[in-house]
Amino acid sequence: MKTILILFAHPALQKSRINKVLIEGLTKIEGVTFRDLYQTYPELDIDVGIEQQLLIDHDIIVFHHPFFWYSTPPILKEWQDLVLEHGWAYGSQGVALQDKLFFNVMTTGGRQEAYRSGGHNNFSIRQLLAPIEQTINLCKMHFIAPFVIHGTHSIQPDQVSTHRQAYHQILQMLRDEKVDLDRLRSLEYLNDLLAD
Amino acid sequence: MHEGGFFYQAFVYLAAAVISVPIAKRLGLGSVLGYLLAGVLIGPFVLGFLGEEGQDVMHFAEFGVVMMLFLIGLELQPAMMWKLRGPIIGMGGLQVSLTAAFGMLIGILAGLAWQTALALGLILALSSTAMVLQTLNEKGLLKTDGGQNAFSVLLFQDIAVIPILAILPLLAVGGTGGEGAAELEHGHTWVDGLPIWGRTLVVFGVVFFIILAGKYLISPAFRAIAKTRLRELFTAAALLLVIAIALLMTQVGLSPALGTFLAGVVLAQSEYRHELETVIDPFKGILLGLFFIAVGASIDFNLIASRPLLIGELVLALIVLKFVVLFVIGKLFRMGTDNNLLFAFSLAQGGEFAFVLFSFAIQNAVFGQEVANPLIAAVALSMALTPLVMLINEKLIQPRFGTKQQQQKEPDAIDEKNNVIIAGFGRVGSTIGRFLQANGVQATYLDIDADNVNLLRKMGLKVFYGDASRQDLLHAAGAEETHLLIIAVDNPEKTAEIIHTAQKHFPHLQIIARSNSWNDSYDLLDLGIKHVYRETLDSSLRMAADALCLLGQRRYAVYRGIKTFRKHDERYLRELAEMRHDQKELIRGAKQRIADLEKLLSTEMEDVGKSKDLGWDATTLIEEFGQPKSAINA
Repeated sequence: MKTILILFAHPALQKSRINKVLIEGLTKIEGVTFRDLYQTYPELDIDVGIEQQLLIDHDIIVFHHPFFWYSTPPILKEWQDLVLEHGWAYGSQGVALQDKLFFNVMTTGGRQEAYRSGGHNNFSIRQLLAPIEQTINLCKMHFIAPFVIHGTHSIQPDQVSTHRQAYHQILQMLRDEKVDLDRLRSLEYLNDLLAD
Repeated sequence: MHEGGFFYQAFVYLAAAVISVPIAKRLGLGSVLGYLLAGVLIGPFVLGFLGEEGQDVMHFAEFGVVMMLFLIGLELQPAMMWKLRGPIIGMGGLQVSLTAAFGMLIGILAGLAWQTALALGLILALSSTAMVLQTLNEKGLLKTDGGQNAFSVLLFQDIAVIPILAILPLLAVGGTGGEGAAELEHGHTWVDGLPIWGRTLVVFGVVFFIILAGKYLISPAFRAIAKTRLRELFTAAALLLVIAIALLMTQVGLSPALGTFLAGVVLAQSEYRHELETVIDPFKGILLGLFFIAVGASIDFNLIASRPLLIGELVLALIVLKFVVLFVIGKLFRMGTDNNLLFAFSLAQGGEFAFVLFSFAIQNAVFGQEVANPLIAAVALSMALTPLVMLINEKLIQPRFGTKQQQQKEPDAIDEKNNVIIAGFGRVGSTIGRFLQANGVQATYLDIDADNVNLLRKMGLKVFYGDASRQDLLHAAGAEETHLLIIAVDNPEKTAEIIHTAQKHFPHLQIIARSNSWNDSYDLLDLGIKHVYRETLDSSLRMAADALCLLGQRRYAVYRGIKTFRKHDERYLRELAEMRHDQKELIRGAKQRIADLEKLLSTEMEDVGKSKDLGWDATTLIEEFGQPKSAINA
């Protein structure tokens, strides 16, 4: 059984309807550690030691966040800058994170059609995630397909709970090692795992 | 013109107080001096609104002293009392016996019989509890070492009254006193017939009774009374308690002040402590004011005018003798110079008990009216001079001694050349200093409390004694080479003084200043200080933030709210500072801004509606790209 660390970042969760639902019950899933970064560090004073230990203790690392300006909310950037130290996470001595799995869980306002060449956002999600993908590569981890919920501006409440179920189900599949690594890397979205 | 009855008298007294005390305060003289001057003014010798009944009023108003000691007791935990036992017995004992001995010596040299001289020495050894404590309290000096020790000595004097009352009849030279003379104006007491050991036994018994009653009787009684929810009943009960104890103590020949003080100490741990304080305090204030007015009114200017030289000499001798004895005792007990000065100057006067003891001694034929009268005038004058003497000490003598001490330490001061000077090393200054030190910035500390400085120095900190509003001290601390002056003293007037000195002599210094309140902040802004910090703002906001977090709100949102609040609050402070001189405008401006801030914060926290954090708000996006009816945020 693998262990999963979810690093959750939403600066205004009190305004959220979708992410608020998605995270419901995460803490009850065996093997999952849910870490609400804005709640833990309201003043962005990230404790590097604790964060690194948590990374060491888990096999799968998740950034769960709304997709703001084609990127993460700032606390996750701060987290990367501080926690992924040279000589620990990367560099010739930096092997602490070797072979762990990593993926993003994201909500976007735009629909999936918007994220392609010629679309409203011009690039695919995978293309836009390139900086994170390369960060993960540098840290010798495996970057796998993201779990994405598109079109949040026009989503229906019953759809939200379906997404939540899918999210939680995929977490359990990964925990129980039901999918091999090649498949995980080749998928466009993790959501597609359930489409079969 | 002074036959008008109760209302007339009340009117005269109250009007005198209401008019003269604010003026005295305004002039920086303190309320005690204000009351005294009011008394002199309305007394028989100036305006003549009052006649001899001033004496009766004084006896009545002495009850204010009793209440004051009750209140002081309430603030003193028994453990604290126990800690004071050394100073009480040591300093108090020495003070009374030495002063009495020297007084006696002077009396004998002046040609009095030794018994008379001893009686006078004992009577004059006592100081004025009312005058001293009220003045110290008003100046906020009661908690200093000097203030604490003065208080200890006063307590001992209160105890010493008992043996003095016992001894006085034995000192009668003429022998006309007789048995019946052993009475205070309170009439016969229960213990008159008892031998000395019997009285002692009764006294201890009563003290023990008060302690037990305070613990097991009074608290439950107050609980029952509080349950009736009648506020005036609680007031009545509190007054009853104080009066009952005073009566009881008088009956066994003890000082009522001492008894209520004890009761206060016993009740200091009771849950009704604050309630009792609030209830008794106004009575105490008014009675004490009356008392001071009465003292002022009772000064016999006819006598003084007829023998000015004698009275002047007596007053001077009394003050000097008491001061010298006290100062030596202070040295003996290793008080710092400034605390010792405060201690010695504050107690260098005759006390209200002297009036009682004088009349008691005359009744017992210890000496005659002709001996007592000039002394009574001298005691009253010395009491009236006390606030003035303390003012002189504070403004003229203390600063000089501060420099002297500083000059002795100057060799240290010169090798300290740091980038920062911190004035005031208390709660605020020490935290600032610790944080600077943790970040590799050494500061030069200045503090005005010599004992505090000694203590901190023993702990290895480089703290210097002195008044940071003095140019020479700032210079010694290296103000020329320093960039930054942090003012962390808790006294707004002192802060302003330091700023004046710094701006005048070291204009290159950047100043960061602590302020107590909005009003202080206005003053500091007026002085051109840009960095003004209200000492309680940040901790209050942090408490509020944590409260909201504990209530389940998102911490990040709350912390952002705090920052917004503080930013606006600081801006309002600066805006209001500019309109402060127009009171109406100020109030309107303040109301408007509070309303704005509340509105801003509530929209900030709300789920829907206009948000200042628009970046996180999807409403307009939903309007443009989504389906409004079912739209919800990410």
